[in-house]
Amino acid sequence: MKKLSARRRHPLAAVVVLLFALAVTGGLYAAFAPAESAKADDTAQSLAIEEGKKLYSVGCASCHGTGGQGTSDGPSLVGVGSAAVDFQVATGRMPLQQQGAQAPRKKAIYTQAEIDQLAAYIASLGAGPSVPTKNQYSPDGADIAKGGELFRTNCAQCHNFVGKGGALSNGKYAPSLEGVNPKHIYEAMQTGPQNMPSFPDTTMSEQNKKDVVAYLDTVNSDKTKSPGGLELGGLGPVSEGLFAWVFGLGALIAVAIWVAAHTAKAKKS
Amino acid sequence: MSSQDIPEETLPSKQGDAHQGVAATSGDPFADPGIPPHEPRIQDIDERAAQRSERVVAFLFLLSMLATVGFIAAYVTLPVDKSIYVFPIGHISALNFSLGLTLGVALFCIGAGAVHWARTLMSDVEHADDRHPIEADPEVKAKVMADFAQGAEESTFGRRKLLRNTMFGALAMVPLSGVVLLRDLGPLPGTKLRKTAWSEGKMLINQNTMQPLRPEDIAVGSLTFAMPEGMKEEDHDFQQEIAKAALMIIRLQPENIKDKRELDWSADGIVAFSKICTHVGCPISLYEQQTHHVLCPCHQSTFDLSDGGRVIFGPAGHALPQLRIKVNDKGYLEAMGDFAEPVGPAFWERG
Amino acid sequence: MSTTDNRRKAPAGERVADWADGRLGIYSLAKANMRKIFPDHWSFMLGEVCLYSFVIIILTGVYLTLFFHPSMNEVVYHGSYVPMQGMHMSEAFKSTVDISFDVRGGLLIRQIHHWAALIFLAGMFVHMMRVFFTGAFRKPREINWLFGFLLFVLGMFTGFTGYSLPDDLLSGTGVRFMEGAILSFPIVGTYISMFLFGGEFPGSDFVPRFFSIHVLLLPGIMLGLLVAHLILVFYHKHTQFPGPGRTNKNVVGMPLLPVYMAKAGGFFFLVFGLIAAIAAIATINPIWAIGPYRPDQVSTGAQPDWYMGFAEGLIRVMPGWEINVAGHTFVLGVFIPMMIFPLVLAAIAVYPFIESWVTGDKREHHLLDRPRNAPTRTAFGVAWLTAYMVMMIGGGNDLWATHFHLSINAITWFVRIGFFVGPVLAFIATRRICLGLQRRDKDKVLHGRESGIIKRLPHGEFVEVHEPLSQEQLHTLTAHEQPKPLELEPEVDENGVARKVGATRKLRVKLSKGFYGEGTHIPKATAEEYHEITSGHGHH
Repeated sequence: MKKLSARRRHPLAAVVVLLFALAVTGGLYAAFAPAESAKADDTAQSLAIEEGKKLYSVGCASCHGTGGQGTSDGPSLVGVGSAAVDFQVATGRMPLQQQGAQAPRKKAIYTQAEIDQLAAYIASLGAGPSVPTKNQYSPDGADIAKGGELFRTNCAQCHNFVGKGGALSNGKYAPSLEGVNPKHIYEAMQTGPQNMPSFPDTTMSEQNKKDVVAYLDTVNSDKTKSPGGLELGGLGPVSEGLFAWVFGLGALIAVAIWVAAHTAKAKKS
Repeated sequence: MSSQDIPEETLPSKQGDAHQGVAATSGDPFADPGIPPHEPRIQDIDERAAQRSERVVAFLFLLSMLATVGFIAAYVTLPVDKSIYVFPIGHISALNFSLGLTLGVALFCIGAGAVHWARTLMSDVEHADDRHPIEADPEVKAKVMADFAQGAEESTFGRRKLLRNTMFGALAMVPLSGVVLLRDLGPLPGTKLRKTAWSEGKMLINQNTMQPLRPEDIAVGSLTFAMPEGMKEEDHDFQQEIAKAALMIIRLQPENIKDKRELDWSADGIVAFSKICTHVGCPISLYEQQTHHVLCPCHQSTFDLSDGGRVIFGPAGHALPQLRIKVNDKGYLEAMGDFAEPVGPAFWERG
Repeated sequence: MSTTDNRRKAPAGERVADWADGRLGIYSLAKANMRKIFPDHWSFMLGEVCLYSFVIIILTGVYLTLFFHPSMNEVVYHGSYVPMQGMHMSEAFKSTVDISFDVRGGLLIRQIHHWAALIFLAGMFVHMMRVFFTGAFRKPREINWLFGFLLFVLGMFTGFTGYSLPDDLLSGTGVRFMEGAILSFPIVGTYISMFLFGGEFPGSDFVPRFFSIHVLLLPGIMLGLLVAHLILVFYHKHTQFPGPGRTNKNVVGMPLLPVYMAKAGGFFFLVFGLIAAIAAIATINPIWAIGPYRPDQVSTGAQPDWYMGFAEGLIRVMPGWEINVAGHTFVLGVFIPMMIFPLVLAAIAVYPFIESWVTGDKREHHLLDRPRNAPTRTAFGVAWLTAYMVMMIGGGNDLWATHFHLSINAITWFVRIGFFVGPVLAFIATRRICLGLQRRDKDKVLHGRESGIIKRLPHGEFVEVHEPLSQEQLHTLTAHEQPKPLELEPEVDENGVARKVGATRKLRVKLSKGFYGEGTHIPKATAEEYHEITSGHGHH
C-alpha cells in the first residue's frame, strides 16, 4: 500500500488510472449488456401457445396478411413451403423484431412443435419445398471433396471459404454458418431466404446439397481441425495482419524495450 | 572484460564540459552537464546478486538445451497427422504445436540468457565515441580532383569525341538484345481477349450436376452457374477457358426486366450474364435475389441484373456482358453465339 | 583480450587471427569496429527486428524450396487431407498441401516463413516511421533512407510473389487482380499481360516465373541493399537522442564487444523464438481450407496481406471511370489507383530532400529530434499515415461492414472523402498537439514538474508544489534547435539596383515560412526567463 501511495503522483499515474477506468467501464458494460436481451426472451416466451393458423394470425398475419397473401410489410407466403417456415422461424429470423437491412438470426421464440404447426399451415396454402428428412442432410454417404468444390462455386463468394460470412451491399450481409443446424443450411439452399438466391433440386441435386452440408460439417463445426493453430476467425489476411502487428510486432517491441532498457541501479532514489 | 581496457581518452572532453557546465550554471541554466556519473547496479556491488544473475543465465541456457531435446523427441515420436485439443486454441496438430513451442523456447532462452547476461553482468558504463565529419578534407578533395583530371586526360576521353560517342552508342544498344530476348515470354494478344469458348448452339451445362440446363430447372430467385458444353476439368486449357466463359444464370419475371436488349436476349425470363467482373476479373456472383443486384466480393462493384447488368456502385467501368440464349428444339438452353463484347476487365484495345 | 605472454607460444585463437589478418587485414577492421559505441533505445532495435526476420525468412525459405514444386501441371490429389481427395489442382498447390500435412515440421516452417514475412514488413514500416519522426534521415543519412525505402518496397513485392506461389484460391484471386490492373495500362497493357503469364490468364507459367522472382531476383537485390544499409549504419555511427553529454559530435552508449554483441546477438534468438512460438500457436494462410485456384471460384473477404491493403483500398474506392476514344479504352478506374499507389509511397520517400531544400541546412545531424520539436515534419508524417490508414480501412471495407454492422457503401464513401479530408485534419491537429507539448515542455523547464502536493501558505493560500527539474532534464528539454525561416532578400540591393528573385526562391521562402514561420513553434525558454522566474518564486 505504501508503494502505491508513493507512486500516486508519478507522471504516468493518470494514464494508469484512465486505463483502469476504461477497463472497468468496459467490463461492467459487457457484464450487464446481455442481461437485457435475456429479459426480452422471457417476454417472448410468455406468448400464448396456439396452433397453426391461430399462431399465424397472432404472430405473422400483421405483416404477411391474414391469408398469407403478403402486404407491403412482408412477402406472400403462398408456395414458400414448409422448409421456408422451418428455416425462418427456427433460426429466430421470423417474427421480425424491426424492419432493417435484413432479418438477423436470433433465439427462436417458438418451440419446434409450434414451428411444425405453423409450417403445416403455410404448406397448406400452396406447394413448396418441404422440410428435409434427417437422411437428406446427414453427412453419411457424402463426398466431402465434391462438397468443397460445390461450396466454392456456389456459396463461398458470399459466405467465405469456410462459411464465416461476408458483406453484401447497403448493410446486408451473408451470415456466418458457424453453429447452424445442418437442417437449416439445407433449407436455406432449398428456399433462398431473404436476399439469398435459392438452389433448387433441379439445379443443385439432393446429393449435391448433402455434399455441401457434409463439407461444412468438416470445415466449420466445433470438431473442425485447424492443424496450424488459432484460426483467427478464418477471415484470411486481414486478421492475420492484425495478429502480426499486435502480437508479433507488439511482443517484439516489448522484448526490445527490455533489451534496451538500463538495468536497475543499486541505489533507489 | 572490465572497464579497465577503455582508454581514458574515449571519455572525452565531455568530462571537461561537465565541470564547466556545473560552474556555468549560474550563467546558462540549460548547459550540458555532461554524461552523468556511472551508478553501480546491485550486481556490481553485491557478489551474491551477481551469482544469482549468473545462475539465471545458466538456467536459461540449460532450458534451451532441454527444449532442443524436446524438439527432437517430438519430431521422432509424434505422428504427423496426430490432432490434439488445446484449450483456447482448438483441435490442432500435435506435431506443429510441440515443434513450434520447443523450438521457440530453445531459441528464446538463448536470447534471454544472452541479454540478461549483458544487462546484469557485463559492464554498463556508458562511453562516448567521437564523430568525424563524413566529407573529406579540402586537401583530400583537391588530390582526388587532380587525380581524376589526370586520369581523364590520359584516357583521351575528352579529346577523341568519336571514340566517346561510338562507345556510348554501343553501350546504349547492347541491352536491346536483352529486351529482344524477352519477346518469347508469351504470344501477342491478338483477339484472344475478345473470344470465349461460347459459340452458337453450345448448350449451357450446369456446373453442379454437369447436365445441360432446361428452362424449367431454373426457378425465379435461384442462382445457377454454367459452362459451355464440351469443356472438361481435365482439359489442359480448362483454366484459361473457364476464366472467360464462366456464366451465371438467373430467372426474372419478364416484367421486372428493365432493359429491352436484356429482355430480347433472355429466354422465358432466364438471363445469362458473364461471371467475370468487368473491373479486374474476379468471379462476381454475390447475387441478391430480392434486389437483383450482384456484388463483386473483391472490390464491391455492384451490377443490376434486371437492367442490362449496369454498374450501380463501385469501381467497375462498364456493364456485365450478357450471353444471348434460347431454348433449342430438344428443350435445352443453348447459346446463340459468343458474347457480343469482350468479357472481364477493360483494356486499351477494347474500344 | 588478455595480454599475451611473449615467452609462450601464442594461443591457437590468436594464431588463427594472425593468419586471417595477414590475408584480410582484420585487425584494422576490428580496431575501428570492435568497441564501436551504440546508443541504447528500444526504438533503435526496430531495424534489428527487420534484419533478423529477414534472416529467418531466408533460412525457412531455403527449407521450403526443398519440398515445393513450382509447377502448374495439373494433378489429382490423393494425399492425407481427406476433404480434398480426388480434386484437380496444380502441382504447386499439391506440394504446399504436402508440406503442410506430410512433411514433419513442414507446416511449422511454412508458418514461420509467412509470419516472419508479415512481421518483416511491419517491422520495416515502424522502423521507417521511427526514422522519419525523429528526423534521423537528415544529412548524412539521406541515401540510407532511400535504401531502407527501397527495401520496404521490394519487400512488398517479394511478399506478394511469395503469397501467390501456392496457387490457392485466395492468392489466385490476387493474381487475377494483378492481371486486370496490368490490362488497364494504355497501349502496352495487353502485351505485358500476355508476356507475364505466357499467354492468357492464368496459363501455366506464372508460378515458375514468380518463383524465380521470389526466391532469386528480389531477395538477391534486397540482400545487396541490406548489406549496403548496414555498412552505412556502421559508417555513419548511430544517431542518438539529446541528453546530458550527448552532442552532435559524439555518440554515447555501450560498446559492440561485449554488450551489443550479447544484446543484438541475443535479440536474434529472441525474435526467432517468438516467431516460432507464434507459428506454433496461430495458423496462417491455411490453403487447405481455401482450396486450389479456379478462375471461376471466389470467396468473400478476398484481401491481400496487410502491406498491400493500402493498394487494395485505392482499387476498391476508386469510382469506375472508363473513357472510350477512337476505338481505344482508358481504364481510368483501375489505372489511376495504380498510379496513386507509387505516388503516395514516393511522397514519404522524397520528403527528406524537400525538407533539406526548404531549410537550406547543409550540416550533419546526429542528434535526433523529438517529434514535437519538428511540428511541420511530424504533422506531415501523421497526415501521410492518415491517408495510408484510411486506405487500409478501404481495403478491408467488407470486414468493417460485417464486424461493425455498417453499410459497405457508406464505408466506401467515408474512405473516398476521408482520403482527402483526413490528412488535412490530421495535419492541423498534429501541429497543434505538437505546439501544446512544446508549451508543456517550456512550462516544465520554467516552473518545474507539478508534484501533486498541495501546500497551504501561512496567509491561507493553497499552492501546488513544483519540483524543479534536474540539470540533465533542463538540458534535454532545451537542446533542440528552432530554425528560422528564410527571408526574401530586399527588392533592391545595397547599391539601389533592383534584384531579381526567381520563382523557385520565392517558393522556397514561402515553404520555409510554412515550416518554421509564425505559429509553427513555441519559443524555447531562455536563460533570462528562467532566472527571472526562479529568483521570483524561489520559495517553492
